[in-house]
Amino acid sequence: MANVLVNAPKIAKRGTIVEIKALILHPMETGFRPGPNGRIIPRNIIERFTATWNGATIFDMEMSPAIAANPFVSFFAVASESGTVGLRWTGDEGFVVEERVAIAVE
Amino acid sequence: MTALRFGIGIAVVFAASLALAQVVGDKGGADKRRSGARDMGEALQKMQDDDTANPGMLFVQLGGQLWAKAAGTAGKSCADCHDGAAASMKGVAARYPAMPRDGDRPLDLEDRINLCRAVHQQAGNLPPESRELLALTAYVAHQSRGLPIAPPADARLAPFRAQGAEIFRRRQGQLDLSCAICHDDNAGKKLAGVTIPEAHPTGYPIYRLEWQTLGSLKRRLRNCLVGMRAEPYPYEASEYVVLELFLMERARGMTLESPGVRP
Repeated sequence: MANVLVNAPKIAKRGTIVEIKALILHPMETGFRPGPNGRIIPRNIIERFTATWNGATIFDMEMSPAIAANPFVSFFAVASESGTVGLRWTGDEGFVVEERVAIAVE
Repeated sequence: MTALRFGIGIAVVFAASLALAQVVGDKGGADKRRSGARDMGEALQKMQDDDTANPGMLFVQLGGQLWAKAAGTAGKSCADCHDGAAASMKGVAARYPAMPRDGDRPLDLEDRINLCRAVHQQAGNLPPESRELLALTAYVAHQSRGLPIAPPADARLAPFRAQGAEIFRRRQGQLDLSCAICHDDNAGKKLAGVTIPEAHPTGYPIYRLEWQTLGSLKRRLRNCLVGMRAEPYPYEASEYVVLELFLMERARGMTLESPGVRP
């Protein structure tokens, strides 16, 4: 079960700048903390977050262990054509989550 | 002897009327009570109010998924009995903790969920502070967002509530503090640069940024106990439920804002 909250405008005027905000449920375990048994809890973070607009990459971000759990990412893009914004989070332990939102440009 | 007994009687009446005056005083005239949300910075208040920025909403979303998922050997989901939570769970969090029909002790929302699991789903208890239990609690509590806190008028709850009030005012721990010393007598003042809140349980379960996850009122109370250098009660202890009963009565009429965000 993937838990993602995306906030993007449904409609945008052509040529304007829109803000896209995305929040995802993830522990972002640093790999530096000992667990209750004294052993280090293995690292489990999101390594990369990318956003595409109709397939073309508009935002690409590398994440590090210093980022808090449930990372919230906000970025801007120029609304040039109607289409789908694809968001993709990939990380340790085979973590892959994809989310799509449609934005109509007029 | 009679004079002494009379004196004690007066003292008891006085203490009782003091306690009453406080509850009534909260309601009389303009309501001066403040939710802890109003003591936060503007950015955090915005975060709590924006459903796509409030990380607690991730747990509400997860809770909604769990609500519809079958669990236990009975193979039933919450939705199989309760249908849509938007209607069936509206107002539930505003009146809990409550006494089950044939029970002898009050249950909080988490206890109630686990009781439902045991009786109707024949599933095991979800451990305290587990992601599933927090998510289900947040989902149920979210259905009461915006409603006033309305503890039930159940006479069986009164002795437990009184017990909670007693614990709230009891000094404990190495610092010899009671809950009331901070949250009644010194609320609004500063403790190490942070505003002391009035401790109204309006937003539970809360997403505390320091915890980087959602947490229950129990976890928050344990935090306070550790801060007072007192021994926290074990998770299953009745002290938490009676304290919550008292706190909910103290916050009667205040608006629920679950899931809250706190620093």
